[in-house]
Amino acid sequence: MVGEHNMRRVTAIKNGTVIDHIPSGQALKVLELLNLSGDTSVPVSLVMNVPSKKMGAKDIIKVEDRELTQSELDRLALVAPDSSIAIIRAYSVAEKLNVNLGEEVRNVVRCTFSNCITQNPREPLPHRLRVAKTAPLTLRCHYCERPQDLSKLIRNLI
Amino acid sequence: MKGLITMDDLTNEDIYNILADAERLLPVARGETYLPLLKGKILGNLFFEPSTRTRMSFETAMKRLGGDVVNLGDVKTSSVVKGETLFDTIQMVDGYTDIIAMRHPRQGAARYAQDAAGVPILNGGDGAGHHPTQTMLDLFTIQQSHGSIEGLTVILAGDLRYGRTVHSLSHALVRFGCRLIFASPELLRMPTEIVEDLREHGADVTETEDLLGNINKADVVYMTRIQKERFADEDEYSKVAGAYKLHARDLDNAKSEMVILHPLPRVDEIHPSVDQTRHARYFEQAFNGVVARMALLCRLLDIEVPASIEGGDA
Repeated sequence: MVGEHNMRRVTAIKNGTVIDHIPSGQALKVLELLNLSGDTSVPVSLVMNVPSKKMGAKDIIKVEDRELTQSELDRLALVAPDSSIAIIRAYSVAEKLNVNLGEEVRNVVRCTFSNCITQNPREPLPHRLRVAKTAPLTLRCHYCERPQDLSKLIRNLI
Repeated sequence: MKGLITMDDLTNEDIYNILADAERLLPVARGETYLPLLKGKILGNLFFEPSTRTRMSFETAMKRLGGDVVNLGDVKTSSVVKGETLFDTIQMVDGYTDIIAMRHPRQGAARYAQDAAGVPILNGGDGAGHHPTQTMLDLFTIQQSHGSIEGLTVILAGDLRYGRTVHSLSHALVRFGCRLIFASPELLRMPTEIVEDLREHGADVTETEDLLGNINKADVVYMTRIQKERFADEDEYSKVAGAYKLHARDLDNAKSEMVILHPLPRVDEIHPSVDQTRHARYFEQAFNGVVARMALLCRLLDIEVPASIEGGDA
């Protein structure tokens, strides 16, 4: 019988992407951000609230048979700016990537202000949120300049 | 500099230069002399929301300088009602005109239009956002009254929540070291993010519900209209509207050089008895809309205003 403390919660993956050090409880939001929460043909494993030396508790996501691109991963900065990402090939880490929000988030989310010009879905110019501050994360719409409600932002994914 | 969307598009030096240009253009604005600096230029007036003063003063400014104006006309009969996007409207007008003045009910519309257009956009109000051309004429009027904008104590009173003129003006005044007193009903307080923003820039800001008790401290009292349409019902409106009215008798303890401004139209927040006092400046302020916009049109169209203008001693 294997002791519970030694049991692996999620098995190693052969090929794909591992997202580690997600703030505890944010994994579901991350899946949503990466468009992995609905119909997806690849296996996705998720653990939540596991002990972490660095963070106290954390979430981890493993996506099999899919290497997420840098631009997909940059969306993570909205909910998990300090997460670490590894691309796995043949059971070993082939590449390590960092999340980088940059100065602007373009065409990832819509402004949360109900009277912003970008609320008309037919307006063709890109949705642009400016990073006004990184700690705490403060985003402002390029057009209406309103500070964004981060709790609502996740619902405004494009 | 391309368009004028917010006051952040202008440095303090730009502001002083534009105010100086406006001062020299006064005789042209009064019609005492004709100076066709903008001959051959066309202004597109795109007012997606009702406007009297802003639209007319842009038109007057353009015509006093020999330019011409085309209007969007009534939104109800234009292509906007057929569902045309702002992007498409701007693409069209961009081709017809040399510069666009625009007012739109949606916040951020002016920045959006500037990103879509090749010609400069003058923001004439975007939702509860910015109204920088109004701010320029306000600053011009304040400078005209006090000889300077710097270090004054300014009360902004009334609807500070939805009033875009007070949002733009507060940001500008803080850049000139003015002390701000925000007097409004609780319901219509200046939005927290604006107050925080001003304080982050080192501004001395006081928030109060007491307008009359603070009048004696002010160099400028900037009144605004409390708009009925902002309230869910008539009762709520009448509860707060009456609290911010000025009568001549309220001005006994005011500083002698204190001036009262108002972006107009007023309803009953300034009693007609105030019109006869030395403090009233709102009608001059409305006239200054023409001269401030003349200076801005020249600036954005890269037309230099001559250092001396015939017929003007200003």
